[in-house]
Amino acid sequence: MYRYDEFDHQLVNERVAQFRGQVARRLSGELTEDEFKPLRLMNGVYLQLHAYMLRVAIPYGTLSSKQLRMLAHIGRKYDRGYGHFTTRQNLQYNWPALKDMPDVLHDLATVEMHAIQTSGNCIRNVTSDQYAGAAKDEIEDPRIVSEIIRQWSTFHPEFSFLPRKFKIAVSGTPDDRAAIRVHDIGIQIVRDGKGEIGYEIYVGGGLGRTPMIGKKIADFVPKEDLLAYLEAIMRVYNMYGRRDNIYKARIKILVHEIGAEEMKRQVDAEFAEIRKTGALHLPAEEVARIQAYFAPPAYETLPDESTELNKAVVADRDFANWVKSNVAAHKVPGYAIVNISLKPIGGTPGDCSSEQMDAVADIAEKYSFDELRVTHEQNLTLADVRKKDLPAVHAALKAAGLATANINLITDQIACPGLDYCALANARSIPLAQQISERFADLDRQHDIGELKINTSGCINACGHHHVGHIGILGVDKKGVEYYQVTLGGAADEKTAIGDIVGPAFTEEQIVDAIETIVTTYLGLRQPGERFIDTYRRIGIDPFKESLYATH
Amino acid sequence: MAQHSRKGAQIQALTANRLADGIVVYLTADNRWSESLQDADVIEGKEAGEALLARAQPAIDGNIVVEPYLFEVVREDGNIRAASVRETIRQAGPTVRLDLGKQAELPGVHR
Repeated sequence: MYRYDEFDHQLVNERVAQFRGQVARRLSGELTEDEFKPLRLMNGVYLQLHAYMLRVAIPYGTLSSKQLRMLAHIGRKYDRGYGHFTTRQNLQYNWPALKDMPDVLHDLATVEMHAIQTSGNCIRNVTSDQYAGAAKDEIEDPRIVSEIIRQWSTFHPEFSFLPRKFKIAVSGTPDDRAAIRVHDIGIQIVRDGKGEIGYEIYVGGGLGRTPMIGKKIADFVPKEDLLAYLEAIMRVYNMYGRRDNIYKARIKILVHEIGAEEMKRQVDAEFAEIRKTGALHLPAEEVARIQAYFAPPAYETLPDESTELNKAVVADRDFANWVKSNVAAHKVPGYAIVNISLKPIGGTPGDCSSEQMDAVADIAEKYSFDELRVTHEQNLTLADVRKKDLPAVHAALKAAGLATANINLITDQIACPGLDYCALANARSIPLAQQISERFADLDRQHDIGELKINTSGCINACGHHHVGHIGILGVDKKGVEYYQVTLGGAADEKTAIGDIVGPAFTEEQIVDAIETIVTTYLGLRQPGERFIDTYRRIGIDPFKESLYATH
Repeated sequence: MAQHSRKGAQIQALTANRLADGIVVYLTADNRWSESLQDADVIEGKEAGEALLARAQPAIDGNIVVEPYLFEVVREDGNIRAASVRETIRQAGPTVRLDLGKQAELPGVHR
């Protein structure tokens, strides 16, 4: 993985020292709250319902064991023994004190971590595929481009005061696990007819109160032109993005209003202009330098079949179920990708205790080249595990309470912190996810239902990605009472879709039954081999409306 | 957003977050800041609300608390309760972690 050079170290250490001074001046009263608020936000510090919240950047979701151990340590020392992995592949602490924040950032800096680009109207932390480097059909490791964009965008003066926040996601495989079409810019790594690697560019995707699917404005941007092309997009946005209305300030509104064709025309014109005046070319040697950080680990030459694995699958039903749902194919024979579910039955999606972080760090160190990933679906991934080690990995995860076998099943839900923690929320999200998880806890039933993604957000800002859940749940406030609106048919993959609202919202007491009615309706109407989303796409919303509201 | 202060709300208290650690606090009758809603000064009517906000100002200027606002409460069996779900959660802690927040720290806070 990427290692800091002297410039990175200096940059982050200077930022910590600067923020230490700012916090001291705020506490002494030299800075007012109005002066201080934008400064704390630039360092990932929010004020939430119960306390401050610190959002730590995990660039493209990649962590070393050492870094995860530091996150565990910070959870213990400055917080309440846990952290929350988010849909932006970051980690949030819910309870840190402002006076401790400079020490927290100092501790993070010792393991090359920080909270830069986790808030404010800048280019945010770049997100990517958790299977990077390990996926079978990968064209190129998306972390290379992600790291280049990180270095280019960090503190970029031209892009530090954009009309609104800006999110970029990168996928290196045709299967999109990074939800690139619901980002401000989505980058799909592709290969052209000559075998050259380049980038397909989507722009103007996003969730929130106005969900939009990104429009493709370039089929193939050559490698060396990527930053210049992104710069062209950012300039068009910086020029025409609406600064007068926060709800219309994202690039998705601009693209929607002028249309994809016009957006493409403007970006191409700006790109041509940039080229005339000396475009920023990506030097091949710099790309090679960064690429070297993501060189494949020292894989052993192994047979693809593992007798240890095969025996364990036969002998242990729990293990077999876990392999079935949580283990994915790896590009190297004899290896597998392990997904660690942070969705125990009845638990809080994405929460992880400091003890569990330490356990995962130890497992990653021993079995997966000392490295792991955070997924945007709020789980963790060990990308490079020998198949013969899977029984030992499973046992170690089980001991840490992390062997829930439910990846992509109905209990593997995304949920934002909601009204239990968040100052913006209208309704709670986590208790709903917990109740749904408990209702569908039976594993045989989960497997019978098959792949089904339920995403819950506690407000219209959609941190819980409800628009792109196969079943989406949005919490709303009606005169101080929580209600839940349901959407169906959303998807965040290569066939991205925004869900359709099924009808009037449900009360907290009704919502879990409503979800069960939706699932039962699907089970009654599905054809062999269909997942929920396939059935929905075939039959549409009407049968679900009917079963949900017919008796009301 | 779940409402803090409804139109026509009659009984209100004043809350803020402590600057140094962000913890939720309530303004008391003797102008202290308590972590317990049960200690809060409870007022009725618009003018009394404005007076309560004015009494918070020295603590804003003195960098003790931030983001003060009025919210609706009800009196019930001699206890003060927040009227909205949001303020109930702020007062007690996350409903999904009963071991955390004021519900774990202050006996009887959630009566």
